[in-house]
Amino acid sequence: MSALKVEGVHKSFGPNEVLRGIDLELEDHEVVCLIGASGSGKSTLLRCVNLLEPLDAGRIFLAGEEITRRDVDSNSVRRRIGIVFQAFNLFPHMTVLRNVTLAPRDVLGLGRAEAEARGRELLARFGLEDRRDEYPDRLSGGQQQRVAIVRALAMQPELMLLDEVTSALDPELVAEVLSVIRELAAGGMTMLIATHEMSFARDIAHRVCFLEEGRILEQGPPHEIFAQPKEPRTQQFLERIIEAGRL
Amino acid sequence: MKGTLATRGLLTAALVLLAVLAAGCGSTKESGATGGTTTTTSCSKGDLNLVSSGTLTIGTDNPAFPPWFGGTAKKPWQVSDPRSGQGYESAVAYAVAKQLGFSKDEVTWKHVPFNTSFAPGTKDFDFDINQISFSPARAKVVDFSDSYYDVNQAVVVNKGTPIASATSVSALKPYELGAQLGTTSYQFIKDEIKPSKQPSVFPSNAGAVQALKNKQIDGLVVDLPTAFYVTAVQVPNSKVLGQFPTQPGGEHFGMVFQKGNSLVTCVNKALSTLRSDGTLKQLQQQWLAKATGAPTLK
Amino acid sequence: MASEGDRRSDPEVAERRSRLLGGLRLEGEGARGVAIALISTAVFLVAIVVAVTQSAGWPEVRRTFFDWGDISGSFPDIARAFVLNVKIFLVCEVFILVLALVIAVLRSLQGPVFFPLRALAIIYSDLARGIPTILVIALLGFGAPALQLTGVPRSRLFWAGVGLVLVYSGYVAEVYRAGIESVHPSQEAAARSLGLSRFQALRRVILPQAIRRVIPPLLNDFIGLQKDTALVGTLGVIEAFNQSQIDTNATFTYGSYLAAAALFVALTIPLARLTDWLIARDRKRRQAAGGFA
Repeated sequence: MSALKVEGVHKSFGPNEVLRGIDLELEDHEVVCLIGASGSGKSTLLRCVNLLEPLDAGRIFLAGEEITRRDVDSNSVRRRIGIVFQAFNLFPHMTVLRNVTLAPRDVLGLGRAEAEARGRELLARFGLEDRRDEYPDRLSGGQQQRVAIVRALAMQPELMLLDEVTSALDPELVAEVLSVIRELAAGGMTMLIATHEMSFARDIAHRVCFLEEGRILEQGPPHEIFAQPKEPRTQQFLERIIEAGRL
Repeated sequence: MKGTLATRGLLTAALVLLAVLAAGCGSTKESGATGGTTTTTSCSKGDLNLVSSGTLTIGTDNPAFPPWFGGTAKKPWQVSDPRSGQGYESAVAYAVAKQLGFSKDEVTWKHVPFNTSFAPGTKDFDFDINQISFSPARAKVVDFSDSYYDVNQAVVVNKGTPIASATSVSALKPYELGAQLGTTSYQFIKDEIKPSKQPSVFPSNAGAVQALKNKQIDGLVVDLPTAFYVTAVQVPNSKVLGQFPTQPGGEHFGMVFQKGNSLVTCVNKALSTLRSDGTLKQLQQQWLAKATGAPTLK
Repeated sequence: MASEGDRRSDPEVAERRSRLLGGLRLEGEGARGVAIALISTAVFLVAIVVAVTQSAGWPEVRRTFFDWGDISGSFPDIARAFVLNVKIFLVCEVFILVLALVIAVLRSLQGPVFFPLRALAIIYSDLARGIPTILVIALLGFGAPALQLTGVPRSRLFWAGVGLVLVYSGYVAEVYRAGIESVHPSQEAAARSLGLSRFQALRRVILPQAIRRVIPPLLNDFIGLQKDTALVGTLGVIEAFNQSQIDTNATFTYGSYLAAAALFVALTIPLARLTDWLIARDRKRRQAAGGFA
């Protein structure tokens, strides 16, 4: 039984068909990176997995259960999946600690002391404990994104979805976020990561999927995809990346 | 130096302002009356001071209520029609008009809201007749004719309510009373009854009557004849609890004229004739007889 | 004006600012400019005061509007009546803030199953804003008790308060709505992604941000409410405006209107300044934070 199974997923926005039949399976503890041009459907796929977008066709299974069935409580599904966005989306009217403890308290029913203990431990693990009483606008982009990751982790999800989480950061702040993700991978978290950071993907992914126009054109272990891509379009894409100095 | 220039400028400005303000303040001067000199006025029809020559323009409020006005109302008048000659004030008005030499067709009526009739300013009527009580404050800004009716205030209550068993003025103190804005009825409540509960004052009599109907006020103070109209027509199950003793000097209704209008002298002459030849009394018998039988509250 | 992220050079910015301040040219001329401004203002004021007080109608105007004895004589009664106005708006405002929030939330519910509630909220907003407040107060103040139904309160103050609450909730609901719409959808997405239900997301994430943003327009409506308490006088209740009318009708001078006006203004001006201050502080905060605030 796989941790996540995406079967025949189609998704359109109006006349625009963004996902044209995605099939993807993740095993427990597997880290899969999605690469591809903007508009290829990476973000949309992640949002579909998280049930933020309804599917036009296809099914999604989490740990063997179909989560796209009508009678499924999407709130309880989302508890089990953590997602971090490009734009951090921290709650600006709450402190860092409150951002982290909100869902554990309101959704998981944890008491305040327990939620805060869990939150502080997580924040400490990623070097953010001394910022716990600050408001997000006082943190750097890198710090905010790390808090966003901690916020998602505080729910102890089965699966983490990362949607280009470093794309909005200044270059010197990217490294600190990537190191957090490395740690998560090392700790065995099942992750589906959409990213532009190719060297990072090459380092941590067990598998890389290249998305092109709503389909997975090619997938395989990083050394295969990056060194010897089979599809011509994959090659083109990687060549452009290399030219831009990002690989 | 820049600094001294600024300071000097400020000081000058401040001093000048102070001087002007000081000149502006001071005791209020009495404004001059707008009336002309009073010489013996001729009251022949041709010499009268009218807004519209050849016609006598009389003002009153709309709707026109019995027993002051009667007859079937025709547009634009509601409830009663001043042009009918029925009702006490309509009858008195036409009687005065006749004395001045005007036939019925030479009289026109104008809608004038109660509150504006005795407010200061130029009037577009020759006189207004609308249960307007004489008061010194009002007389400062308009002219009043002599009395055409000596009036008592009365209080209307709902039958079967606690206030309905009151038999004296002091017994009215604990209740919520109401009157129309700007009326002597309100002054009466404030000055004579002095209730312990804040009274209500309504922009129109309609509101006051509605509030009485809704039992939102306990008693409504109006002049006696109006009180009878209220109980007879407007508020079922109500009664005139009583009338209040006539004040020394009495309260009376007068017609209202623009300040300084010489016409008032001629109208007073007419009223004097109507009084001495018994017409006024006869008209009161005819129109207001029913409206006088209420106990006097002391 | 120079703003965060303005990449133009400082001299350019200074020049533009100087042009914006136009005729005063304070930037260029410092204290001398200030002095000239003050003197010319003073001369202008003096000219107006002189022109007014020397005009033919001034004594009459002063007697009618500005007679100190008249104003100070009527002031105590009006001030006492004004306490009622204050009580009315304090009580009503609480209910308005709550009812309007309910309506705004109803209106924001999505999905076909909630259509009747949304429709109800829309109809309510339209009626509340479409019918003149004075009409609503008269309808309820006189009309409701006239039904003589058991349990229906008779008090005119009660119904006037209900009328004000119903009308103002319509306006304030729109203000809340604007606030809710202004919160970026990514906030709701983030909240839902954590497993929060729609209601939890609304309560914990969206509404706190929405309400903070619309405090200036909320205060604005509050100021409007303070003045509309005068409408209660149409039911006969003696509040400040009614009391000033009583005095005016007795004396035919309008100083009492001024006294009532002064009281209302004394109440609303501090709130207006507070609103301005909140807007300025918020603008500073947003410029400092940048990004997604």
